[in-house]
Amino acid sequence: MLIGTGASPEIDIRKALIIKNEPLKIKKKHIDNIEKEKETLINALNESKTELEKIKTKAFSELGEEKASIFEAHIMILEDPELIEMTNTKIEGNVNAAYALKETADEFIAIFEVMENEYMRERAADIKDVTDRVLRKITGQKITDLAVLDEEVILVAHDLTPSDTAIMDKSKVMGFLTNIGGRTSHTAIMARSLEIPAVVGLKNITKEVKNNDLVILNGETGIIEINPEEETISKYKELKEAYERDIKALEEMKGQESITSDGRKVEIAGNIGTPDDVPGLLRNDAEGVGLYRTEFIYMNRETMPTEEEQYISYKKVLEAMGEKPIVIRTLDIGGDKKLPYLEIGEEMNPFLGYRAIRLCLQEQEIFKIQLRALLRASVHGNLKIMFPMISSLEELLEAKYILNEVKEDLKNENIEFSQDIEVGIMIEIPSAAIISDILAKHVDFFSIGTNDLIQYTCAVDRMNEKIENLYQPFNPGVLRLIKTVIENGHKQGIWVGMCGEVAGDMRLIPLLIGMGLDEFSMSPISILHARRLIRSLSYEKCKEIANEALELGTAKEIEDFMAKISKTL
Amino acid sequence: MKKTLTILNETGIHARPASIIAKTTMKFSSDVFIEVRDKSINAKSIMNILSSGMQKGDEITISASGPDEVEAVETLVDLFNSNFGE
Repeated sequence: MLIGTGASPEIDIRKALIIKNEPLKIKKKHIDNIEKEKETLINALNESKTELEKIKTKAFSELGEEKASIFEAHIMILEDPELIEMTNTKIEGNVNAAYALKETADEFIAIFEVMENEYMRERAADIKDVTDRVLRKITGQKITDLAVLDEEVILVAHDLTPSDTAIMDKSKVMGFLTNIGGRTSHTAIMARSLEIPAVVGLKNITKEVKNNDLVILNGETGIIEINPEEETISKYKELKEAYERDIKALEEMKGQESITSDGRKVEIAGNIGTPDDVPGLLRNDAEGVGLYRTEFIYMNRETMPTEEEQYISYKKVLEAMGEKPIVIRTLDIGGDKKLPYLEIGEEMNPFLGYRAIRLCLQEQEIFKIQLRALLRASVHGNLKIMFPMISSLEELLEAKYILNEVKEDLKNENIEFSQDIEVGIMIEIPSAAIISDILAKHVDFFSIGTNDLIQYTCAVDRMNEKIENLYQPFNPGVLRLIKTVIENGHKQGIWVGMCGEVAGDMRLIPLLIGMGLDEFSMSPISILHARRLIRSLSYEKCKEIANEALELGTAKEIEDFMAKISKTL
Repeated sequence: MKKTLTILNETGIHARPASIIAKTTMKFSSDVFIEVRDKSINAKSIMNILSSGMQKGDEITISASGPDEVEAVETLVDLFNSNFGE
């Protein structure tokens, strides 16, 4: 039995498929039949090309033109006459095809790796990716192609990259297990959005599991069983069935209000990253979107998205959700998220650096294009605009000033936009939380971003596994700060929401209800659970719980107190 | 057959224009070369084009030899001057 971090609930029992990217070992051999070796090369190139054509077609229909163009480029590398010519020349020196190709590819990779432009440096990985595919063909070593899977599997990997999850066959992947990562890593977020179980941070799972091993994955507890006894399997089968029954019972929560037993009504919304997440929102009966992260429109591409491209994405979400409120957060890039076409430079502390609103206030053209797209889209639904990483009143006023400038521009161009768009800010920096009484006078809402608020309040890097135990959602300092923000917002008559992981944490929801939080935005998969919980709570009782909990001195005490309370609720 | 021009493309020859150049040149049977900064690169090779790092303002010479050399050079010149639809 292994234990990791349960990152997405549900149980699955299935064969494992390990994605290994072990370096290929290619040996140099002396060959005599040059023509035969050249033929081997051409055949391998052609086979690889056929495969890539298939992947491209699939990517085109599932993910759109943008993603498919990556594979178009890969095909062109295979057809590159220089690549073939240089490899053939090496073969003519009595070298085997595999080694000749590997050497040629390495020469190209070396050129790209030293290029100044980050985008070009990344192309080295494309060349390696493509030529590895061909080398595996020549040497007969199979490649796990995530886009074409024969059977349903649990994927096991060191970590999953956004491109892994983009190309993989989502109908065949039933769970994720990874060596690294936490509840907020890409793999975890992706699993919750696909509504499949995942356990992350297993340290050595890629070594512990072999291909085709039967694996039990419990995304709730983080427990993994490899090739378990019959008895264990049947135990988990029962659990899985119980879980599925529970899911069915949750169905009854659809269409119900999110209201406490004594009549306090709140809103439960979903967090999304792209218009592709809308079906998940609808399936889980989200009452709105509390956080639409717009970064994804900017990522995985080589040029800035145009106003029109952004407008289309925003419009899609707004239209799909009808009258429901959609909070769209302006660009939050920087930190761990970089764009190849926007040179930020190396920073000592990127999370304390040039990111989000700080970047947008400097690079005003980028900011204005996004605001134009947002305003234009506003006529298609109930848009609310949210600025991230506000640390001071000046930043907020400047951002609002620019928004007004863009509104003036649109008016002058006779372009329509909604007249009553609410404007709010993320509260994720302690300095903003502390002056939230002042900030509240200038906005229509707050949304507390707990992932960063915990990180900044406790001075804990949430990616650093060594100090993971200090990243505490139950930290009394953080919880008191959250209470202050909610109270300050209410004093000025604005609503206060929360869009970090804490909002969807069933252990903390009673506390947040007691503090008076108005809106909870979470992974869509958690929405119905949260609604069921909230409907079972009494607001008056939660207020008492919150008061009592905030008198406790340690995170552990608060966590234990909430665990004890939850049994009596 | 030879022609010289200046690259006008704002963002230089990144992946998209590079693939358009290579794909277009492939249609011709002539050998086609681009001279840029004292280097001569094969215009049918996407990796050669990309690794040349052609930027806005660079002066380049397109040359071709073969049965359809005139058409090849003309087509490429038009392509560069069209800014690749950007």
